[in-house]
Amino acid sequence: MRVVLDPLALHGAFIREIEAISEQNLLACNQCGRCSAGCPLVEEMDLLPNQIIRPAQLGLDTVVDSTSPWLCAACLMCEARCPKGVDLPRIMDALRQIALRRGESRVVAGDVDPALLAGAPQMAIVGALRRGEK
Amino acid sequence: MTEAGRAYSYFPGCTLATTAVDYDVSGRAVAAALGLELNEVPDWNCCGAAFPLSADNVMSFIAPARVLIAAERSGHDLATLCAVCFHVLKRSDAYLRTHSEAAERLNAFITEGDYTGRTRVRHLLGVVRDDVGWEAVKQRVAAPLTGLAAAPYYGCLLLRPQEEMEFDQAERPRVLQDLLRALGATPVEFPRQAECCGSTLVVSAPGANRRLSTAVVDSARLAGAAMIVTACPLCKYNLDQAQAGRPSPEQLPVAYFTQVMAAAFGLLEVAGPAFAVEAST
Ligand code: SF4
Ligand code: SF4
Repeated sequence: MRVVLDPLALHGAFIREIEAISEQNLLACNQCGRCSAGCPLVEEMDLLPNQIIRPAQLGLDTVVDSTSPWLCAACLMCEARCPKGVDLPRIMDALRQIALRRGESRVVAGDVDPALLAGAPQMAIVGALRRGEK
Repeated sequence: MTEAGRAYSYFPGCTLATTAVDYDVSGRAVAAALGLELNEVPDWNCCGAAFPLSADNVMSFIAPARVLIAAERSGHDLATLCAVCFHVLKRSDAYLRTHSEAAERLNAFITEGDYTGRTRVRHLLGVVRDDVGWEAVKQRVAAPLTGLAAAPYYGCLLLRPQEEMEFDQAERPRVLQDLLRALGATPVEFPRQAECCGSTLVVSAPGANRRLSTAVVDSARLAGAAMIVTACPLCKYNLDQAQAGRPSPEQLPVAYFTQVMAAAFGLLEVAGPAFAVEAST
């Protein structure tokens, strides 16, 4: 007997939403863990990058509540090393977008430290707000 | 290629126009010294500062598309210095070339002209390597940086994704080492040369950001560097901040590659504080 995973049968609304925003095939990931081995932010994340993908593959939208997408610096180390061509920062961004579109924001312009506003490069402020603010 | 006629559209971007003017000024000076003509993009706007990662919102490409269109009208390659601008413009160009429907929708919103994909987005460091060449750089050196142990720090956005950035090898980049050698300096290899400095987490997760930038600085120090060389104002800011509380003999100066070039070319007035001692002696 053969067991065939039919992506269409597995694809609920949550998976379709992630795939529409990220243009990534979640099922391409085989959970090898190379992304998490190279990710510099794993110390702070509550789920490792590969652990973000696994529940998402199963359609569990609880991953939207993870802190990990908000700690992803889009450094692209995982993208460079994934043997399956998964562009993980796009999946992290899709999870942020889903949260933002539900009205949840983790970066608030009014909360940015005034000292930072005075000294930090412009693109740091603009970039952080464009990634994380509603 | 001869000296004459090497002209480029130049996009400074918001940061080089404000908090990183020293990068802009040194960049223009070394470009002129190498016979490169930089024509600032007229009426430019912010590139957006973050490459849009969401495929279902074409409007986030408006800002970079407008810059690309302005450069296209000039007929020259578009050169940048800021690593973030380079990343955003280069990848936006790659995206719009391969997503004609997105380009069409943008063209309907932008009145100054149409995006057609005729401009090549370059980083000035790549222009120096590919259009000028290391031999010509060597010939321009007036004060070789002999004995300067400099750590070439790439960070993320110049290099990755390798196929889209078309800049250097993502896991084993060479261009900064080659530049430093041409200037007479000694490049210092260190493990974190292509690791993240923390990027915009300086705004949204300062603790994590500090951990990463400190690790980069310590990695370069441990390898024996006396200076860190970068092509990104945000990397420079993060690496400087990570050392802000340290006694000054323990601080590694962080300089833009254009400032290091200026020092070797004898243009000390734009070489920045890292070379100030040599300037006064
Ligand atoms: S490296 Fe790629 S295939 Fe491996 S776990 Fe990460 S995303 Fe999945
Ligand atoms: S892009 Fe995000 S998930 Fe990937 S290695 Fe960098 S911080 Fe980690």
